[in-house]
Amino acid sequence: MNAPATDACVDVTTRDGVVEVALSTEPCNEIGEPMLDALEGVFHSLDLDETRAVILYSTVRRGFSAGADLRALYEGLLNVDESEQGERIEAFIHRIHALFDLIDQLPVTTIAAVHGVCFGGGFELALTADIIVAERTARFAFPELRLGLIPGFGGIPRLERDVGGAVVRDLLLTGRSYNAAKAVSVGLASQQVGRGEGLEVARAIARQATRFEPTVQAQGKAFCKTLPTERLDAEKTQFLEMIQRPIVREALRRFVEDDGPMPWLPGDA
Amino acid sequence: MSTVHELIDLAASHFGVDGSGLAPDDDLFASLGIDSVKALELMTELELEWDIEIPDYELREVKTFADLAAVCDRRR
Repeated sequence: MNAPATDACVDVTTRDGVVEVALSTEPCNEIGEPMLDALEGVFHSLDLDETRAVILYSTVRRGFSAGADLRALYEGLLNVDESEQGERIEAFIHRIHALFDLIDQLPVTTIAAVHGVCFGGGFELALTADIIVAERTARFAFPELRLGLIPGFGGIPRLERDVGGAVVRDLLLTGRSYNAAKAVSVGLASQQVGRGEGLEVARAIARQATRFEPTVQAQGKAFCKTLPTERLDAEKTQFLEMIQRPIVREALRRFVEDDGPMPWLPGDA
Repeated sequence: MSTVHELIDLAASHFGVDGSGLAPDDDLFASLGIDSVKALELMTELELEWDIEIPDYELREVKTFADLAAVCDRRR
């Protein structure tokens, strides 16, 4: 086993060709520039001759990831000149999409072991994986409509690829969260496992996947998993149009100031 | 046992608090000392225990154990 490589946001360990990427940023692995930088560093430097599988998981108590760093986004909107905001957001979205497409299409089996909160951009990151293992505590949600947005990191096209339209509409149009059992029942997650068992189960899946000849494994994956490119492009266009609207800044302000127990639920209209 | 008392017992046991001091009309978030993540945990435990689904948006008006029990009773 290689010694772990530590970035401020992620820890990476490689054992027997399986790269384990631990999201490790309090409070809940929010995805902003630092996390994006860290994940790009990991996935742009993967040795694909030596890598046989990748596991994504979190070491943070609250969960896998609460999604986009909304506080950083709000502060950016306050502190960056309006004439520059559109360009900066667009650049960020293009970077996120490029990274998530890269993870999505890696020629090795990828597994996301999810516990706790897996919301918004965090859910979108999990959806880049081939297989999702959901611990008992896992909860999946797309709460973006409360911010005046649709998910912008490729989540809806990837969800559409995996589950039926009714499930997509239920998740997006209500913002509700699904528990692990529900996620498995609709085909979003492959297995529900006990609290704390996600990483070990993911390792077992990785060991099984690495029993297959690498080229065969890669070809099998390429045959059954294609990138929904047109829908991803449509999502980027829609998201970048919506984020320019004033209601988004107001919704972000309300989120940042919300001290209620369930900030992911929409406020009163 | 009524739903609200089952709920109180389950929540108290899960969060390691003394359930004997909890009443149906108590503010469940304050009396359990739970944040948003723990609120989700409680939802999950109730859903799995009773094989029901509790859509998050139904919790917007929930303040007390009795309020939450009413939400669960609609699905039991």
